[in-house]
Formats: sequence, C-alpha cells, structure tokens
Amino acid sequence: MAKNTKSMKRRKFVSNSIVHVSLAILGFIWILPMFFVLLTSFRKEKGTYKSYILPRGYTLDNYKNLFQSGSSLNFDRWFINTLIVAIFTCLLSAFFVLSIAYVMSRLRFRMRKKFMNIALILGMFPGFMSMIAVYYILKGFGFLEVGELKLVALVMVYSGGSGLVFYVAKGFFDTIPKNIDEAAFIDGATKWDVFRKITIPLSKPIIVNTLLTSFLGPWVDYIFARVILGQDRQYYTVAIGLWSVLEKEFIEYYYTQFFAGCVLISFPIAIIFLLTQKFYADGISGAVKG
Amino acid sequence: MAYKKQKKLKISTLNSDVAFRTAYIQGNGATKLSAVIFGFGNIFHKQILRGLLMLALEIAYIYYMVTFGISAIRDFITLGTNTQEEVFNETKQVYEYVKGDNSMLCLLYGVITIFLTFGFVLLLVSSVKSAYDTQKRIELGKKIPAFIDDLSSLKEKNLHKLLLALPVSGIVVFTIVPLAFMILIAFTSYDKNHQPPGNLFDWVGLDNFIAMFQKDGVLSDTFWPILSWTIVWAIFATFTCYILGMLLAIVINREGTRFKSFWRLVFVSSIAIPQFVSLLTMRTIFNTNGPANALLRNIGMIGPTESIPFFTDPTLAKIMIILVNIWIGVPFTMLTTTGILQNIPKELYEAAKVDGANVFVTFFKITLPYMLFITTPTLITTFVGNVNNFNVIYLLTGGGPETLDFYSAGETDLLVTWLYKLTIQNKDYNIGAVIGIIVFIILATLSLLTYRHTGSYKDEEAFQ
Repeated sequence: MAKNTKSMKRRKFVSNSIVHVSLAILGFIWILPMFFVLLTSFRKEKGTYKSYILPRGYTLDNYKNLFQSGSSLNFDRWFINTLIVAIFTCLLSAFFVLSIAYVMSRLRFRMRKKFMNIALILGMFPGFMSMIAVYYILKGFGFLEVGELKLVALVMVYSGGSGLVFYVAKGFFDTIPKNIDEAAFIDGATKWDVFRKITIPLSKPIIVNTLLTSFLGPWVDYIFARVILGQDRQYYTVAIGLWSVLEKEFIEYYYTQFFAGCVLISFPIAIIFLLTQKFYADGISGAVKG
Repeated sequence: MAYKKQKKLKISTLNSDVAFRTAYIQGNGATKLSAVIFGFGNIFHKQILRGLLMLALEIAYIYYMVTFGISAIRDFITLGTNTQEEVFNETKQVYEYVKGDNSMLCLLYGVITIFLTFGFVLLLVSSVKSAYDTQKRIELGKKIPAFIDDLSSLKEKNLHKLLLALPVSGIVVFTIVPLAFMILIAFTSYDKNHQPPGNLFDWVGLDNFIAMFQKDGVLSDTFWPILSWTIVWAIFATFTCYILGMLLAIVINREGTRFKSFWRLVFVSSIAIPQFVSLLTMRTIFNTNGPANALLRNIGMIGPTESIPFFTDPTLAKIMIILVNIWIGVPFTMLTTTGILQNIPKELYEAAKVDGANVFVTFFKITLPYMLFITTPTLITTFVGNVNNFNVIYLLTGGGPETLDFYSAGETDLLVTWLYKLTIQNKDYNIGAVIGIIVFIILATLSLLTYRHTGSYKDEEAFQ
C-alpha cells in the first residue's frame, strides 16, 4: 500500500514536471515575437534585416524620432487622429448597439423576429463588399474633399452599421430578470423609465465592454481607413500609418522606428483589452443576482 | 392601474394591427382619400399636426421625383446613353471633353430613388392605417390622441420606434443601400474596361456568373483553387485553434499546475497587442532575410546564403499561415473556454476514473462532446469569421506568392482577399460583386443548416 502511494506520487511528480516544462516552452514561443519587437525598437543600427539576432547597440532615438516634425512619419498626428475617431465612434456605436439590444431583448413588437433574422443575414456578407458604394456615397455628399471631413466620414462608417452586432449585449439584457421590470410597471413607470433607471444602471459591465470594444475598432482597422483616407498621409490613422512605413520606399529608413511605434501603440491597447476581458468575465457570470 | 393599462393596450392593438387591405376597404371616404392625400383623414378628424407632417413628407417626395427622381429611374434602366466624347473646338484650337453620362452615378441614384420610393409606400400604408384608426376611435366613442399623446407614446407603446430610429437608419445608409448597389453591380459590365466617367457600362444579366463557372475560363481556373483553399483554411483555422486552445485551457486548469494566472497572462498578452502589429511582425520575422532565417544560418542548420522560403513557397506559405493563426487564435479559445470547462460536472470525471478511463478517453468522451454542445454557435461564428478573415492573409502574405495561373490573385488568396484585390486594385467591380454574392450564399446555407438547430436559437427566452 505504502509503495503504491509512493509510485503514484512519483507519477504525479513526473506528469507535473512534463506539464510545467511544456507550458514554459509554449509560453516562450508565445512571448518571443513580442521580445523581438521590443529589442528591435531599441536597436541602434539602422536598416532592415541583419545577419545576427541580438542588436549590437541600444538607443532611444527610434522613439524620439517618431515625434520629430519634418519626417514622413507623422506619428503624433496619426495618434491624435485615431484618438478622436475612436472616441466619437465608441460613443455613437455604443449608443446604437445598446438601443437595438435593449429593444430586441425587452420589447415585443411585430417586426422583431424579422429584424433579428435580417441582421443575421446581413452579417454574412463580406464586410467590405459594400465599401465601394459607401465610398461613392460619401464622395457624393462631399465628405472626401477635405481631410477633416474624411475623419468624420470614418466615424460614420465605423458606427453606421455597428448596430448589427447587438447579439452579445442582447444576451446580457436577457439575463436581467423580467420581474424587476414588472415591479416597476406596477409602480406606474413607463418603458422608457425602466430602460433609463433600471436596465442601464444594472448593465454597467456590458456598457463598459461595448464602449471599450468599439473604442478599439479604429485602432486596429485597416481596410476602411485605407480606402477612405487614400493618399492623405496627414490624416492617416495609426494602423495604416504604420503599415505604410513598411512599404518598399520607406522600410530601409524607418524599420526600427516602425517597431518603436508598434510598442507605443500596443501598450494602451493591451491595457484596454485586458480591461474588456475583466468586464466580459463579470458580464458572463451575471451581474444581477436573484 | 395595471388593469386600466391592459385595457388601453388591448384597444390600441385592436385598431392599429389591421392589415392595409382591410383598413382601406372598411375605411370611410376620408380614410380612402388618405391614400392619395396623405394625412387627410387625420386632418379631417382634427389631428392637425400629425396629418400635416404626413402631407409635408408626401409633398417632399413628389417634389423630389418630379425634379430628379423620374429621370434617375430612367437612367437606372439604361445606365446612361451618352458617352463622354472629345470634340475639337475650332475657335480655341483644342480638344474639349463633352460631358457624358456616368453609369456609376446613374446606378447609385437609381438605387437611392428606389429606396426612397419604398419609404413612400410605407408612408402611404401608415397614412391609411392612421386615418382608419382615428375613424374607428370616433365610431367607438374613444378619445382621439392629440399630437402630444403621440409623442408620449414614444416612451411607452412605441419605445421601440424611438430607440430604433437612428441605429436602423445608420444600418440602411451604410449597410443595406451599399449592399443593394453592389449586388446590382454583379449584373453589369462594370470592370476595368468600362470605367465611368470615360466609358459607360451596361446591364449584362448573368454573364459574369456564367464566366465565373465556365470551364477552362481564366476566371473559373482561379475561382475553384481559391474556393478550395478558402474552405481548407477555414476548417483548419477553426478546428486547430478550437482543440488546441481547449487543451491549453485544460492543462492550465488541471489541479497540480501551479502559477495558473501567470500562465494565462503569458498567453493572453499575445492577443492583447493589436493584431496588425503581431501580423506585420510575423511577416518580418519569416522574411527571406528575416530573423528566423538568420537564426537558422547562425546555428548552421542551413547554409549562409540559403533561406527557407517561408512565405514564398506556395505550400509552405499555407502551412505557415495556419501555424501563425494558431499562435493568434489559441489564446482566444483558451480565454473563452476556461469558464465553460469549470462548469462541467465533476461527477462525470470521477465516474470515468472509477471505470479506469485514461486522459484521452475522458477528453474525447466527456470534455469534447460537452464543449461542442455548449459552443456550437460560437464555432459557427468563428468559421464564418475565418472564411471572411481578411487581416491574417492580407497582412501576412498579401495573398502571395504571385502566380501567373490566376487572374490577379496569389497562391494564398482567400475569396475575400481576392475580392479586395479585384475591386480596390483591379477595379473589376462586377467580378468582385459576384464573389461577394457567392461567399454569402456559401455562408448563409451553412449557417442555416446548423444554426437553426441549436438550442439558443429555438429557445431564446429560456432564461428570462
């Protein structure tokens, strides 16, 4: 008997060691590319690819040069553009998503089921298939004449169709017990009152989650921004700005600065992303007890 | 209070839910006239503001049609008849351009006019219905709602109209109208040889679809290989990430594994950084002269001038794409499945242990079926997302390596990246639209077959 537990213990030790070693190896593989980005962003030597792995010297110049005027890297400009677009987009589309999600979850009317099916069908077309038409519609209304208006156009494109992705928020509203609403109706509240004073305060996790998710969109979108902004480098967002740096005519000069830009942009986005995960977990576990 | 509300609700649904036909047939003269002069029935019964609002909208539509709409519809049918021409100006001794029709704008304005007309029909229906509703109320001796009551009903009975108005118009303008426009383009000859304003394009019926499926045509020679690669990619990308991510979550969750949250953070950090950064980084790492090849040269695995063609050999590029996608996707699955895994009843595992089942048997007989049952809807969404996955392919390989066998597509192009290249780079809008429609048909059939059978669709009110 004693021998038996001993061998079981040893077996356990062996399997635990295997698990930890393989997790360490996998974790190393997963971290490695980020390590490469960080190292290259501090690399002193100019130019692109080197025949060696670790940089020969380190410098902060790559970061400083990002904010220097006169280069074709307009990093601070791109950053501010993206920030403005992201703020307006997140406010508008969060409003759109939450309105539709609430209506679909709580109100009953004739077209409801039909509407949800249409939303499902529209989601199956490739997202940018409609882009050419959107481009010409915006052009027709004169939104693509001036650079500033292009940013307005970008906000409209990002938030315009955003109401279609209401399913997660609707799922959350579905979990709020209906008897809370009914109690309020008996006290004479209108549906609008219930939406404003009961549902919204109870739904903080999903509201924050929707806000953060739609805030992230403009930072990582590449397709729409490229079509709408065209060659207007001054009004680029960070994503296409950095992408354009990797084009053949720039890569030799800006290779290391590209990675510096990537590091700078990754930090705030990583923090926001981790925040959404926290709220998401809260949302799934159910904020309303009872 | 509650009783009174119920009664009120019953009467109002009684009147406003009648079909347009019955409303028109049973309506009196004023109601019938409302089909021609919008809002007449309301004005007649002293609901002045509501009636005037409808009338104003009708006049606005008629004004639009007379000044612009009718010619827009005519142009929509012909798609323009006058080509832009060069004419020699005798007095100035130069060639001048005579402005022709722009087929693209003809099509666009036509679509917009059709949508406005559709809105006009809805207005007509609601005008007759509203007149009939008021007429019925008078016959039954009920109170006629004043304009102020209409406004306050937006907070109660019609709250959905208030909340949906803006979001839905956003969807109509930025999704539905453009989509209708692009679908129509699939039936025209709007390619790089027919670019407005210099040239006209015209309706060609199903020619583009026929060209796409014609045997031995250059289009079908491109289409079939790309379609099969798209399907292979979507299957591999979905299931490798699904299974490996689940395994990772199980390994981290198992008792005996220490530093659980540390391991989670390590893997999650790779998806926290923006995808375009990680994809562009991967592209540089596996470049011909990139660090991966440099490393292999330094440790002597390959000769000093040799390089492994990670993204330049078609087969290797495809394998690399799937591997990089595993790097991106596995942490996502780990994140989403951790919670569900913890909900699997422990008794199941204990019973299996008593029966002497090993790790593999418990995984395939208990964990996987349970997870599949819960996550099938997510799995479908992931599959659809992968078929439409633009970022991974475009930022990683750009569709390359290039090949001459295909019509403006590379070896690793998916249908969506091909669509992007055809429209943005090649300006073959009609073929791009055909591909978009085909992608839609594939995805719609697939989702209908699977999604409608899931519990969460059939039983959406189970938890309310």
